[in-house]
Amino acid sequence: MPPDVLEGGTQIADLPRGRPPARVRHKNVTDLVLTALSLPLLLLLWQLLALAFPSKLFPTPIAVAIDLWDLTLHGKLIADFGKTLLRAAIAFCVSMVVGTVVGIGFGRVRWVDNLFSTWLIAGLNLPAVVVAIVLYIWLGLTETALILAVIVNKIPLVITTVREGVRSFSRDYDELALAFRMPYWRRIRLIFWPQLVPYILAAARTGLSLVWKIVLVFEVLGSDGGVGFRIQTFFQFFDMTGILAYMVAFIAVVMIIEYGMLRPIERKVLAWRADQP
Amino acid sequence: MARGPALSIAIDEKRFGEAEPLFTHLRLKVAPSSLVALVGPSGVGKSTLLRMIAGIDTAFSGSVRVDGVAAAEAPPAGFVLQDARLLPWLTVADNISAVAPQVPPAEISQLLARVGLAGTERRYPHQLSGGMQRRVAVARAFSFNPRLLLLDEPFVSLDRQLVSELQSLLLELLAAEQPTAILVTHLAEDAARLADRTVVLGGKPAHIVADLNFATPPRQRDAAERLRLTAEIEAASAS
Repeated sequence: MPPDVLEGGTQIADLPRGRPPARVRHKNVTDLVLTALSLPLLLLLWQLLALAFPSKLFPTPIAVAIDLWDLTLHGKLIADFGKTLLRAAIAFCVSMVVGTVVGIGFGRVRWVDNLFSTWLIAGLNLPAVVVAIVLYIWLGLTETALILAVIVNKIPLVITTVREGVRSFSRDYDELALAFRMPYWRRIRLIFWPQLVPYILAAARTGLSLVWKIVLVFEVLGSDGGVGFRIQTFFQFFDMTGILAYMVAFIAVVMIIEYGMLRPIERKVLAWRADQP
Repeated sequence: MARGPALSIAIDEKRFGEAEPLFTHLRLKVAPSSLVALVGPSGVGKSTLLRMIAGIDTAFSGSVRVDGVAAAEAPPAGFVLQDARLLPWLTVADNISAVAPQVPPAEISQLLARVGLAGTERRYPHQLSGGMQRRVAVARAFSFNPRLLLLDEPFVSLDRQLVSELQSLLLELLAAEQPTAILVTHLAEDAARLADRTVVLGGKPAHIVADLNFATPPRQRDAAERLRLTAEIEAASAS
C-alpha cells in the first residue's frame, strides 16, 4: 500500500486539517454573532426596564456607566479592586496548591480517604459565614483571618475534584507505562499529570467563582476596604447606582480573567481533545 | 541487522493468590528471530506468560531468560497491547518519544513512513482511524526495542480487512528487522499467517498441548497453506 493511502482508501491528505467545510464555517459565524449580541441584549433589556419603571433604586445602565467612570477616576474603585483581587489571588493560589496535593493523597491512598472523607464532607457543607465569623473571633478582623476563611471554604472543593480525577485515572495507561518500563518522573509527566490537568482546571474554574463571592461576603462582614466593604457602604446610603457600578466593574474583571486567562490556558492545555475548537 | 534474542522459559509455578496455579513446570525455548504464536482459550494464561517474558510479572517461581539474562533485567521488549493504547494528549511522534526518548525525530518519521503513516507526526490519536492507531502502536514497539517484540492479541476488534493489512505490515517489518517475537492470540488463523511455530496452551494448570513447527516461512504461505495450518492448529487445540 502506498504510504499516503490508508485502509479504506483514505488519503492522509484527506484527514481533518486546515479550513473546515462551509457548513461548519457558517455555524461558527452564527455562534460568534449570537455570543457578541448577548451582552448588548442584556444592556438593552436593562435600559428598557429602567425606563419603564423609573426610580432612584433602579438606575439606567447609562447612569451606572457614568458613575463607574466617576468612581474610577475620582473614587476608590481601583484601590478597592486591588485589595479584593489580591485577597482572592492569595486565597485561590494557596487553596489550589494545598487542595491539589491533599486531593492526590485522597485519591491515591485508601486509608487517607477512609480516615478523612468525613472531614471532607463536613468541610464541603460548612457554612461559609460561620467559618468567617469563627476566624474573625479567633484572629480578629485581620487580613489573615479573611484570607484564611476563604481558603478553608475553598480547599474541600478542590480536594474533592482532584480526588475524583485521581480515581478516574486509567489503569490501561499504568499498564502501558509498566510494559515500556517508563521511569517514575516520565510517568508522572506524561501519564499522571495530563490526566489530572482537566480536573485541576475544573477545580480552578468553579473555585475561582466561589472565591470571588466569598471574598466579597467576608469583606462585607469585616474589612477595611475592598469591593465588598465598599458595596456595604453604598448599601447604608441606598446608593444603588454605586452598587451596580461596582457590580459591573466586578463582572468585567471576572470576564477578563475568564476570557483572557482561563480559557486560553484551557485551550492550550487541552488542545489534544477532539472537542476543542 | 541485529538478530533477536533467544528465550528460555522455565516456570516452576505461577499462581495468583490462593487460587489454583496457572502454570506448573512449564518449559519453553524460543529460537532467536523466530515468531512463536501462543494459542489457547481465554483465561489459560497467555497474556500472563507474555508479561512474565516482558519482565513485568516477576511473582513466580522459576525463570524466564532473554539471551541468558533474567527477563526483568534484560532490555525491555517492544510491546503491542490489545488496543493501540496511545496517549491521547500526545501527538503521534510524541507517543513514540514517550517510550523511546532516545530515538531522534528523523528516525521516528522514517519508522512512521515504513508503517504507511508518513506525515502524521503532529496528528493527535483522535485524528487517526483505529487501524492507523494500531500502526502507530506497532511503530512504537519497534522503536522501543526492534529485537524483541511481544504482541498481545494485537488484532482484536479490527475487521478482517484491517487485520490482513496489519498482518502484511508486520510480516514486512519482521522480515526486515528479524526480531524474536511472541504473538498471543486466540485465533488459529492469526498464527497460521504470521508464526514460524505455534504453541497451543490448554488445561489447568496450563500446559503445552501441542507444539507445531511450520516448514513454510510465513511470507511464502498461500491461502491454501494458511487454511491447512489453521485447521492443524484448531485440531491441536480441540484435542
